[in-house]
Amino acid sequence: MSAPGPLPAGTRVRVKDDWPEARGPAHIRTPHYLRGAEGVVVRHLGAYPNPEDLAFARPAARRALYHVAFAQPGLWQQGVAGDEVLVELYEHWLEVV
Amino acid sequence: MSAPEPAPADKNVPRSHHDMGGVSRYLCEPIDVEPHALTDFDKNVDALRQILGAKGVMSVDELRRGIEAIPEAEYHRLSYYRRWIRSITANLLEKGVITEAELKAALEGGA
Amino acid sequence: MSLLETDGERLFEAVSALLAERGIATPSEIATRRAATDAASPGQGARMVARAWTDASFRARMLADGTAAAEEIGIPMRGLPPLGVLENTAETHHLVVCTLCSCYPRAVLGYPPFWFKSAGYRARAVRDPRGLLAEWGTHLASGVKVRVVDSTADYRWMVLPMRPAGTDGWDAARLAGLLREGDMIGVTVPGV
Repeated sequence: MSAPGPLPAGTRVRVKDDWPEARGPAHIRTPHYLRGAEGVVVRHLGAYPNPEDLAFARPAARRALYHVAFAQPGLWQQGVAGDEVLVELYEHWLEVV
Repeated sequence: MSAPEPAPADKNVPRSHHDMGGVSRYLCEPIDVEPHALTDFDKNVDALRQILGAKGVMSVDELRRGIEAIPEAEYHRLSYYRRWIRSITANLLEKGVITEAELKAALEGGA
Repeated sequence: MSLLETDGERLFEAVSALLAERGIATPSEIATRRAATDAASPGQGARMVARAWTDASFRARMLADGTAAAEEIGIPMRGLPPLGVLENTAETHHLVVCTLCSCYPRAVLGYPPFWFKSAGYRARAVRDPRGLLAEWGTHLASGVKVRVVDSTADYRWMVLPMRPAGTDGWDAARLAGLLREGDMIGVTVPGV
């Protein structure tokens, strides 16, 4: 599902509405409040070993990491228009909208 | 997209207890902004974790997984570095760096 | 497993004795590492910020690569996570949180403070950032947007605050003296 190169800034993405923690032992760095949310890629931050594997001492493939911005009021139906939440997310959690 | 959905944190979702962003039960919690000095114990655990990471014995993600595995009531009861030493110990046992029998003996010897 | 429920201080004594026997972590290694960790403090971040306020080319390098900028002024970064720097402007105020644990730019600010690790801070920052800022008496000018930075992964983030008015002609050392750790996380703003 990831593009062949890093996603450019401005790409609209949706965070997967997936709940691995409900299926068994898991360690994930995608906060629950972003699952299913739509945001915009701000910057490609490089590629890092997947923490979901590192946490279990498994071989960890490198994954592209992005800074993704979300409209803060859109996440909670409360807040001030224009405020944002900026989060580091790995490529395998993102779907291009 | 049709009708607005409830905020994700308020949906009935299988959130892990360490995953605290926006969680309603903490929204009225005041912040203790005063400095809290770390104890010798705190600093020793912190240093030990760094050494284990630098030597490739256990990663920071393994530390986190071990912390997240602490049952919720205990997670909240334990101090920050008591969570850490518990996770470190669990990881060292799991990896066979130390055994349960050795740990038991060391605890009894040191008691 | 009941052994894990042993009090933390006793667990540490037992585990560290076993690790010392194996040569994995000796008391002297722990002492050395403690000393190195204690050497990192908000004074390091303050030096970086003050330098950025007084040296435009350093500021540009710091925003492009926080790790390289920190190393340039002698802050040890080897083996540590990459440091990113986010600049506050008249339009945007940054606030750093780690909702999942306690990721903190330790190389430049030292150990994370108690409040940064608290459930209230971790929960409120992403949902009610302005209410959270009010806990420190921080109120942003109207029209300033808040950008909450949830530090979830490999980077560590620090805030480059705006230089306060009334500091014209101050040198970097005097400017550094103005800065508190919260200014570089975004819960407070520096002032004279």
